[in-house]
Amino acid sequence: MNMIVCVKQVIDPEAPPSSFKVDEASNKVLPPAGVPPVISPFDENAVEAALRIKDARGGKITVLSMGVNLLREVVKKPLSMGADELVLLEDEAFVGGDSWSNARALAMAIRKIGQYDLIFCGRQAADWDDGQVGSGIAEILGLPSVTLARKIDAADGKARVERVTADGYEVIEVSLPALITVSNELGEARYPTIKGIMAAKKIEPLVWKPADIGLEPAESGAAGRRVNLEKLYQPAHEGECDIIEGESPEEGGVNLALKLREAKLL
Amino acid sequence: MAEYRGVMVHAEVAEGKLAAIATELLGCGRKLADDLGEELSAVIAGSGVSGLAREAINFGADKVYVVDDALLQEYRPDTHVAVMEKVVRQVKPGILLIGQTSIGRDLAPRLAFRLETTATLDCIELAIDPGSKRLLRTKPVYGGNARAVFTSEFDPQIATVRAKAMTPLAPDASRKGEVVAIEAGLDPATVRTEVIEKVKQEVEGISLEAAEVVVSGGRGIGGADGFKQLEELAGVLKGAMGASRPPCDNGWVPDVRQIGLTGKIVAPDLYIAVALSGSSQHMAGCSGCKNIVAINKDPEANIFREARFGVVGDWKKVLPAFTEKVRELLAE
Repeated sequence: MNMIVCVKQVIDPEAPPSSFKVDEASNKVLPPAGVPPVISPFDENAVEAALRIKDARGGKITVLSMGVNLLREVVKKPLSMGADELVLLEDEAFVGGDSWSNARALAMAIRKIGQYDLIFCGRQAADWDDGQVGSGIAEILGLPSVTLARKIDAADGKARVERVTADGYEVIEVSLPALITVSNELGEARYPTIKGIMAAKKIEPLVWKPADIGLEPAESGAAGRRVNLEKLYQPAHEGECDIIEGESPEEGGVNLALKLREAKLL
Repeated sequence: MAEYRGVMVHAEVAEGKLAAIATELLGCGRKLADDLGEELSAVIAGSGVSGLAREAINFGADKVYVVDDALLQEYRPDTHVAVMEKVVRQVKPGILLIGQTSIGRDLAPRLAFRLETTATLDCIELAIDPGSKRLLRTKPVYGGNARAVFTSEFDPQIATVRAKAMTPLAPDASRKGEVVAIEAGLDPATVRTEVIEKVKQEVEGISLEAAEVVVSGGRGIGGADGFKQLEELAGVLKGAMGASRPPCDNGWVPDVRQIGLTGKIVAPDLYIAVALSGSSQHMAGCSGCKNIVAINKDPEANIFREARFGVVGDWKKVLPAFTEKVRELLAE
């Protein structure tokens, strides 16, 4: 089973909300000081999905990432978890893209990698929360797709996928090759092992520029965008919280109930 | 570009009826269409759905395109994207609104890429720019920490809209509208996914989406046992119990109870958040809550920035006393 997993380096979404700052003049997010970037969490779930198939059925996992200033200790994490190869689309030209240009670049790179039965993406990236790149890659490559997966098994040219729905899940069978986007319901990604970290150190990533994947500069990154970001801002918080006091926590609870009654909420 | 005109709504069907999100989209679409001085249409694609066209007109549509085909019984990207592609190429709407549901999340991006246009997912506000007449699409980004407003020069302008972000019109049975049937024209051989089984994990009682009171717990509850106390309070208040993501990821409560960006969107009158920090990703599911009440031992927790009332203290001590007093007050 040949598998490709797309992962994105993002600002750590677990950083405290108070550290999050937007420069409204430039419509840009200011990276919080002292908080290193991470692999977008749903992409880690996607790596885990591929690793589980590799554990059960064998196979090779190629990790694909795109951007600039990709920290090796971040983008190599999937290797230390057990993935085999790393391809980086690393160039200024890839920066500032939207789902349209990003999906195009990733699809071109996947074409160049060539052999694949399954492509995995996280359901959405923790920065723009767009949730379109996976489906876009599938559309460009002419592949079937299943989104929001919580469990995947693959054998005999087919994958069986449990897809998250509002009231549970549906079981879907899809012919391979196929693209699957993974949701957190799959379960947490495994931790890297010491052995894995050592092995990852020895793996040199392949680094490709737009020309290597046959992408014109005008199609790439910010130049290839099809949506315009008009405005980026932080929503204002409304009002002040009325903190209900009490001599003890128990009395606080009682006073809260009385306050809700007074406010006609009970 | 000028040939694309009008606003179209993808009217999702659930359990043989127009889904709530479809009525919300029609309400929002009506306003956008009126602002543009253009027509509002709806597309209903499914199996045995022709009877729902009248309902879409009652909720604001001028025209309803019905695609009724046995192959559309279950949502599958290969069938639904193909049908929506056909309808859009025929009707050429300037704007296409789709629900941010498990169907819409799948349908919208594939359709946008197929039509070589763009989509913005999970919009919470939509408006027409008075100058350019293009659609301003506002969506939460960075897990709800920021909001972004997008436009695009490509048509149709596709947006998916978050549940409960828009208000339906009161249905009016005297509204006039036209119903147009469109052939699906699907070839079963092109369908590459098959729905084998649908599993409902919905728990008994009031649904989170419909509840007027929601009691919700976070990581600080510490385990499945603690949630029994939350369930008890929810029962006393005739509400529903929910959770932020960590309790679901840890298996303390079923995944279908998750409230947040990637879970359910709730809009109760009263939302009681217990031992829950109030991350942006969780609060994204609570934007419609009218009154948030927080119990948390950390006075710096983000939830106190969102709450109207709060108690700073250990929930294990605060909650039993609170539940008891609530029970007493409600019995009076």
